[in-house]
Amino acid sequence: MNTPTAYFEGLARWKPLEIVFWLVLVGLFFVPGVNLPLLSQIIIWGLFAMSLDLLLGYRGILTMGHAAFFGIGAYTAGYLGKFGWTEPISALFLAAAIAAAVGLLAGRLVRSLGGIALLMVTLGLNLILYDFVLRSTELTGGDDGLQGVVIGQVLGMFKFDLYGKTAYLYSLAVAFLMFLIARALVKSSFGLALLGARENIPRMIMLGAPVGKDVSAAFAIAAAMAGVAGALLTQTIQSVSPDALSFQRSADVLVILILGGTARLYGGFVGAFVFLFLRDWLAQLNPVYWYFWIGLLLVVVVAFFRKGIVPSLGVLFTRMQKKRGTDERTPNRAAL
Amino acid sequence: MSDIVLETRDLRKAFGGLVVFDRLNFTLARGERHAIIGPNGAGKSTFVSLVTGLLQPTAGEIVFNGKVVNGQTPQERVKAGLVRTFQINTLFASLNPLESVALALLEREGRAKPSLAKVARESALLDEAEALLAKFGLAGELLTPTNMLAYGMQRLLEVVMAFAMRPQVLLLDEPAAGLSTHQGHELFAQLATLTAGTTVLFIEHDMNLVFRYAERVSVFAAGGMVMQDIPEKVRGDARVREVYLGA
Ligand SMILES: Nc1ncnc2c1ncn2[C@@H]1O[C@H](COP(=O)(O)OP(=O)(O)O)[C@@H](O)[C@H]1O
Ligand SMILES: [Mg+2]
Repeated sequence: MNTPTAYFEGLARWKPLEIVFWLVLVGLFFVPGVNLPLLSQIIIWGLFAMSLDLLLGYRGILTMGHAAFFGIGAYTAGYLGKFGWTEPISALFLAAAIAAAVGLLAGRLVRSLGGIALLMVTLGLNLILYDFVLRSTELTGGDDGLQGVVIGQVLGMFKFDLYGKTAYLYSLAVAFLMFLIARALVKSSFGLALLGARENIPRMIMLGAPVGKDVSAAFAIAAAMAGVAGALLTQTIQSVSPDALSFQRSADVLVILILGGTARLYGGFVGAFVFLFLRDWLAQLNPVYWYFWIGLLLVVVVAFFRKGIVPSLGVLFTRMQKKRGTDERTPNRAAL
Repeated sequence: MSDIVLETRDLRKAFGGLVVFDRLNFTLARGERHAIIGPNGAGKSTFVSLVTGLLQPTAGEIVFNGKVVNGQTPQERVKAGLVRTFQINTLFASLNPLESVALALLEREGRAKPSLAKVARESALLDEAEALLAKFGLAGELLTPTNMLAYGMQRLLEVVMAFAMRPQVLLLDEPAAGLSTHQGHELFAQLATLTAGTTVLFIEHDMNLVFRYAERVSVFAAGGMVMQDIPEKVRGDARVREVYLGA
């Protein structure tokens, strides 16, 4: 390190592995016979998990209700499509805005809570919303979800096709844009403050930091991104059901993020790959018991990799670099 | 007496039935180096928490620069110049000293609000962080994660984090806690030069350090403050010998 500025520049610089990661996602599109609908699902789950990472990984807020925001985005896109607003990109913006507004409120509500109380309140809010959607059959179609959702062409040019080609590229492009925003955010001074608050609240208070306000902000941003993920799901499968905001989804996204590793941004995407590929594969082998294997996988990963897949690979990678005699000071946080 | 920067008026703090102190009238003169001594459990740390707003008093007033600050949040008091360190390290375990102090300065300047601008844009503040760490002898440890720092370095970082806020009154809660006698003396020698010009209130058990560095001393004992005076008077006081010096 020459100067402190150079050090922070280094933290924010794109690593080769990052570029490879996104190129691979683009490349998968061209692989013959590839399961594009599954890949779209993975991208959407990955984006969803990344939004949770902002809260859990970077700010240290454990929420059990994150699907609420996903669902709000999904239903926003659904209603728009049902009532004639078929243009998908503007619908994403609206979904993000509404989810962000609800996120801001939720953040205000829970920001003074911690630990078990926080867990219970976020779970409670999720359950209330789910139950409301399920019961308001007139409004939401209840169990069946919204009928007659129509989604127009992307940019007025690309129709959502049967093979899921448009869906995949569209999801990938949106997820990448969201990733760019999230990445800039965590590399900003605000991102550093999130880490500070995750590590030590009394210290942040003694730095005069507005602890609490940052929770609302983090919730709003994470909710907006979750909302975009939800809207993407609605748009790519052209329907929406209460599944979108079920507690099961809140639990699954947590599993995905922890599998992949927190505070890495990529953890959610990698976790989604593993989780959904396995689910797909296991569901073919035995459609009933696949959660058993997911559970087992979670136990194994947490027992042997502790911090999840991406951080563990990161440590391995730095060790290899060290053996080759390169700079040993590379903080493992920046490995990927 | 000279200009008073901080005082408490009939301050009372009780935890349930436990009255830590009652009718505590404490004064701190601007520019002085003031020590609080007293046995464990006397309420020294509690006093610092009350002054900085981390705890609320049961009764009484806290006056800073002539203004009652009871209603202010700890953050408002920090901005006004009232900053403490902690007896037990209160640091960012996974961040390194450079990141920690950079964050302190960013918060001091109100520049950590949501944005997409890189930390690296804040060159001036980052250079200040480096200079500050260098001044405290931590130049060699800028990038060592805090939880890997030697314990003495962590104690030092604890002070740097508070000092970075440009306090008017710096409250040091046992800065030498856990250090060897030798390390403690080194730390105090360092602090005496680095904090020259700042009003410093410190809690310390080592009487050699107290009598060497304090210009005034307050003696706390169970139930309240026994006396507040210059070191020579405190050393000779019978009550102090009884409650604290144990002779
Ligand atoms: N948060 C708290 N709740 C209840 N009792 C407390 C709390 N903090 C401190 N005490 C009690 O108040 C007394 C003073 O504690 P403290 O201020 O830490 O003493 P000192 O710093 O002088 O050793 C002790 O008896 C301690 O047990
Ligand atoms: Mg104490």
